[in-house]
Amino acid sequence: MGRPWVDATIAWLMRITTYAIVAVVAYIIFDIVVGGLPAISWEFVFGFPRRSGAEGGILPAIVGTLCLVLGTIAVALPLGMATAIYLSEYARRGRFTGMVRSAIVTLAGVPSIVFGLFGLGLFVLFLDMGASILAGSLTLACMVLPTIIVASEEAIQAVPQSLREGSLALGATKWETIRTNVLPYSIPGMLTGSILGIGRAAGETAPILLTVAAFYLPRLPRSVFDQVMALPYHLYVLATQHPEAEAVRPMQYGTALVLLLLVLGLSLAAILLRGRLRRKYRW
Amino acid sequence: MARSGSAGSFGPTGRLPGEIGRAGFPSLWKMFAIGGSTWKDKAAAVLLRAVASTSILIVLLIFLFLGKEAAPLAAGPGIKSLLAERWVPVSFQQVRFGLLPLVTGSLLVTLLATLFTIPFGICAAVYVAELAKPWERELLKPFIEILAGIPSVVIGFFGLVVLAPLVKDLFGLSSGLTALTGALLLALMAIPTVISISEDAIRSVPESYKSASLALGASRLQTLWKVTVPAALSGIIAAIMLGMGRVIGETMAVLMVTGNAAVVTASPLASVRTMTATIAAEMGEVPFGSDHYRALFWVGIVLLVATFGLNMVAQRVLKKHQER
Repeated sequence: MGRPWVDATIAWLMRITTYAIVAVVAYIIFDIVVGGLPAISWEFVFGFPRRSGAEGGILPAIVGTLCLVLGTIAVALPLGMATAIYLSEYARRGRFTGMVRSAIVTLAGVPSIVFGLFGLGLFVLFLDMGASILAGSLTLACMVLPTIIVASEEAIQAVPQSLREGSLALGATKWETIRTNVLPYSIPGMLTGSILGIGRAAGETAPILLTVAAFYLPRLPRSVFDQVMALPYHLYVLATQHPEAEAVRPMQYGTALVLLLLVLGLSLAAILLRGRLRRKYRW
Repeated sequence: MARSGSAGSFGPTGRLPGEIGRAGFPSLWKMFAIGGSTWKDKAAAVLLRAVASTSILIVLLIFLFLGKEAAPLAAGPGIKSLLAERWVPVSFQQVRFGLLPLVTGSLLVTLLATLFTIPFGICAAVYVAELAKPWERELLKPFIEILAGIPSVVIGFFGLVVLAPLVKDLFGLSSGLTALTGALLLALMAIPTVISISEDAIRSVPESYKSASLALGASRLQTLWKVTVPAALSGIIAAIMLGMGRVIGETMAVLMVTGNAAVVTASPLASVRTMTATIAAEMGEVPFGSDHYRALFWVGIVLLVATFGLNMVAQRVLKKHQER
């Protein structure tokens, strides 16, 4: 009843569809790399912008994005990891756990621009932080929290139950067991999963648009209350707001390439590390 | 004994006998108990529980602060002004805050993007889950993850520089900044979500279903389309809905390539302005506390409610699928 050539054709069609997606992704990366490479120079990466970004470098934007990434890690990582430990080791089926879980799912679905509005309302205006690294990092931290929690929980649950039971049987308390027998084996996994989420936050524009990003600010930040330029916003400004958008195309491509390298570099490192860890800990 | 509860203390204050009494099985009791017996254990349990509630707090604060900034519009032009047919937030004559063009703009772009996402997403998910060889899968999956990791502003930039001129020439338009251009980019961004969740659903279909179908003489492809995919359908539908949620909330790519004309239209080749793009483009220029500022927060609320609803339904569907 099966006609082999029909099967083969359909299989090939699906293969082509899948590889069409791959081809498009490869082309985007190729286009950015080819367009961006000529713009990359010592001055471009380590210099300050001149003439509203038409000339010079993008150092303040790179530093700004790095500050935001560090700030986000400092806030979101402890919160996310602690929540994951609670959910996988302590939480019982019940109302509180159910509420935490649905809150995480809800947070994961909130659009990034809505996080921007929220950050503007709460951090920038209500808590009077102004547009600052602090407000931006807190906003981004709220956004990546669900990713970190989910990734960390997965890492914790990959630790076999027998390790916990062994420790408990020897008389260790619950917290001692977690500290000595669960965390050491799950922290690498928690970190790699979290880096994946934080790498994505580094490339986000909408949340920082309203909470931290400066249009043009050719100096380095001095404190967490300073506004900064950021790579994604700088790219947006150069591409759409600059009066000579066509003329500064090399600068746009260069910025896009640096951003892409930063974000994909983080993600790729996390993916590779995850693969190695999976092979290392095979229970 | 340094402290009660450490190994070997079997006295009346020791843990072991008490636990056996309560749960009958020591490690089982410990696994489900909140707090151990030392103060450190209790402190850890309380602290972790407190931290875990931050997520709930953030969700509540999001609703609270969006509402707080949006509500005073009622005192000015009134909530009814949001139902006007045009969005003219800055004008010498009369300002209008009608959400209609923004909502239809978002809907048009989202529906178009979904139309592109469905065939590509499902085909790729089925291929990766069932047809690809193991080494191929190991290669394809990280690639899809990389696609999910490309910043939306970079995709928007690519759309602006490469795709928009293409659309312009292909359809002989005066500008390539159209709903179609935006939808194509958004489809690309939704595809990783759709693939990864659909793939999970397809792979979770029990092997016995497939074996039974193959034993009855169906070919591999027939089994795939008539047994495996229907069995995974609810998961696939949930995946598409979650992808749509991502599309509606996407900001930068649409802001850069849809042209941002606030008009009500159903033409894919017209310029549209979505809700997300409106907030991103206008929030930087409004005076805080003005009617325009409040209206933008209302746009945010509509957006939040729409994605919230879509995600809730998708999670329901997904849960039903997993329970089966």
